[in-house]
Amino acid sequence: MTQTSGPITGNGTKKAGPFAALSSPLGRYILRRLVQALLVMVLVMVGSFFLMKLAPGDFVDVLAGTRDLTAEQTAELRARYGLDQPLVIQLVRYMGLLATFDFGYSPINAAPVTDVILARLPVTAILVVASVSLSMVIGTLFGIAAARNAGKPVDLGISIFMLLLYATPSFIVAIMLILVFGLKLGLMPIAGYESVGMGYTGWQHIWDVTRHLTLPVVALCTFYIAIYGRIGRASMLEVMRLDFVRTARAKGISEGRVFYVHALRNALLPLITMAGLQVSSLVGGAVLIETVFGLPGMGRTAYDAVLQRDTNLLLGVIFTSSLAVVTVNFVIDMLYMVLDPRVNLK
Amino acid sequence: MSKSFEMNRRGFLGSLAAAGLVPAGMVASGPALAQDAGGILRTPFWPAPTYLNSAISTSGPESFLSPKFYDGLLGYESGMVPKPSLATAWEISEDGLTVTFTLREGVTWHDGEPFTSHDVAFTFMEVLKVHHGRGVNTFANLTSVDTPDDYTAVFNLSKPSPAMMRALDSRECPILPAHLYEGTDIMENPVNTAPVGTGPFKLESYEIGSAVVMVPYEDYWDEGYPLLDRFIVQFVPDPATRAAMLESGQTDAIFLGMIPTQEILRIAEMDGFEMTTTGFEAMPSGLQLEFNLENEILANKLVRQAIAHAIDTNWILENVFYGMGQTGASPLHYDQRPFYTTEGVPSYPFDLAKANELLDEAGYPRGEGDMRFKLMLDPSPWGTESINSSAYIREVLRQVGIDVEVRQQDFAVFVTTVWTERKHDLVLYTATMGVDPTIGVHRFYLSSNFQPGTGFSNGAHYDNPEVDELLNAASIEMDEEARIAQYAEFQQIAYEDLPIVKMVDIAAAPTLASTRVHDFAPDALGALGSLKQTWVEQ
Repeated sequence: MTQTSGPITGNGTKKAGPFAALSSPLGRYILRRLVQALLVMVLVMVGSFFLMKLAPGDFVDVLAGTRDLTAEQTAELRARYGLDQPLVIQLVRYMGLLATFDFGYSPINAAPVTDVILARLPVTAILVVASVSLSMVIGTLFGIAAARNAGKPVDLGISIFMLLLYATPSFIVAIMLILVFGLKLGLMPIAGYESVGMGYTGWQHIWDVTRHLTLPVVALCTFYIAIYGRIGRASMLEVMRLDFVRTARAKGISEGRVFYVHALRNALLPLITMAGLQVSSLVGGAVLIETVFGLPGMGRTAYDAVLQRDTNLLLGVIFTSSLAVVTVNFVIDMLYMVLDPRVNLK
Repeated sequence: MSKSFEMNRRGFLGSLAAAGLVPAGMVASGPALAQDAGGILRTPFWPAPTYLNSAISTSGPESFLSPKFYDGLLGYESGMVPKPSLATAWEISEDGLTVTFTLREGVTWHDGEPFTSHDVAFTFMEVLKVHHGRGVNTFANLTSVDTPDDYTAVFNLSKPSPAMMRALDSRECPILPAHLYEGTDIMENPVNTAPVGTGPFKLESYEIGSAVVMVPYEDYWDEGYPLLDRFIVQFVPDPATRAAMLESGQTDAIFLGMIPTQEILRIAEMDGFEMTTTGFEAMPSGLQLEFNLENEILANKLVRQAIAHAIDTNWILENVFYGMGQTGASPLHYDQRPFYTTEGVPSYPFDLAKANELLDEAGYPRGEGDMRFKLMLDPSPWGTESINSSAYIREVLRQVGIDVEVRQQDFAVFVTTVWTERKHDLVLYTATMGVDPTIGVHRFYLSSNFQPGTGFSNGAHYDNPEVDELLNAASIEMDEEARIAQYAEFQQIAYEDLPIVKMVDIAAAPTLASTRVHDFAPDALGALGSLKQTWVEQ
């Protein structure tokens, strides 16, 4: 279990020419994944389009209600946004736009969908990266500690704590964090991702954003810390029973080295899988957390788009999240290969 | 900017108040020291706006934000008494067919261009008459606006329009810069989200769905105003979070019922907070129960009256609205003075025995499960008032043998079900009654406004030629006494026919602020005005 670094290098046959990479097994694999991804994305977009259109009412109904519009004004709006056209024509028009990477116009934000998404993306990106890495590190540490002390009081304590985290919904954690750290102690900002209108720059700005995102990140982490902890513990215990561990012990390697070097690396695979799932679910949006903390992220954007029937905006968000999910899955598969050479990608 | 000028004026008003000459509400609530004026005001709001321009969207966030950037021709003191704004004087001709406005000179747009009568003519004819939801009706009789010179605008009307004179404020009819809008696609003009107005605040930054930051416009025509150094509006979706922000001092004031009433009442009890319900006559609203008269059971007046008798509106007022308002007694809102009346208007006091009696008389005896018939109730999904009231109404109507099912849906489905597909029986919703009955109330009762597909039109399908005649006459009657009489008769007939039962006339949404915030409800528009007099102790 030591010769693992370095990429997989084909099966020895080398061809000249610009498409050489594509004829290698890895190249073919990547190409196939790209085609699959494209198909998945098209299916997701068409499906979402029809799902959205199945819901009664369009955004003009919503606008007409909140703006006291007359019949003529609503007709004019429907014509302006092509809502008076048959569904198939609307779909073809939309897919045509999408093919040129144009997401169209978001009537509820009076701005191009691209602008809206670009404004929301950083918040979501920070939330995802921070909470995935934090929960994975902390959860894994707990899992390792529990596995190392399997059956002892430490293991029991950790297990009970994990169960508590696992059973508490994240929005309850969020509200408790607000009550304790925002309201009672007055230590942390409650809403938004920065102190609006204060004009902070540089390190001051980074510190400000960090303070604002601390509570939401913690709230997003708790559940996943429990997941990583439980998976990590189970995975470690399983790997410790495998033959190569016995071999390593037989060679006289210290128990600590066996545990942290030989076993840990192999126990990481299920955790990586979990990380992929977590990223995918968070990119699609942490609607509740974003709502409670007043964060303008992707989840809240999608939710509002559905309520207000802003099809362009919703499809834009779905496109972005499914692109992220497809990419993350691909990266995870590549990571498997690096971590465990036995994984064969075809 | 001379802040001391303002302080002198406040001192002056204070001495008038001491002499009993001005209502106390007009004066600063605390001792104002010159160095106090200014400050940063932070407030949370939800939902986030589409535009920062209420000329093309009358929904809540636009109504709140737009008046900070734009001025109207007029303002209104408490009691809807007009006061000068961009117009310094106005004159209505004898026949009511021409209104001449004298405009303020020396006013500039935030980009430095001068404001002229051309801006007024353009805004009314090209924007408010075309794109403003209520404007189409308010200005239906406005045929043209003449601009004999840069500072005179003459409105030519085909019929007198008394309601128009109550709708010229910055929220209902902001004046837009013609030089930036003319010849463009008005609905997608970038100025809609990057406002260039004549108002006291100009935009510093706007992050879609997140926050708006405003700073004073240094060349604002009302010298010395606005007092605030910075005005920050943050869009926060969760009401509990908004309440926590206020309680922890991370925001300074909550306007327009941005937190639930029970939270407002709880925090108002705490030290350091102050609540007011004054200064909002420009936005009377009510909770009303509307019957679909196309339903053959509900077409029977006895059934409608029985339902009115079966519901204890006082229970709803006390338990859902925490007493903030009055029980409904007329199609109009009690703030729609001087037209509101209960004299001669039929009333339907809570009386279950009477309700049972009327239902028996209508020919609907109790049958299976002790129920007479089944009805669907659609509560409006915004806020919580309709939904909470609908639970009570279902229970109380079951007691008189009406099997009510409550159908909760999202906004788009709600509007489509009721006003487009007309699949409803009973619909319960909160609605604005308008600064004038012509603007806000006629739409529910005029037979010509039975327009399936248009939300908040005549959803009952009420059709009474007598009422049509009264309302149409009242909309062009310039003599106030005659108009009062027309509306009195309308209220009597409509409440006898009862296509709609008013549950509650909602009191103005309370404003709750830290005691450091001063002068936040200065006139009839309250927070829907410019808030240029508002200041925060540092």
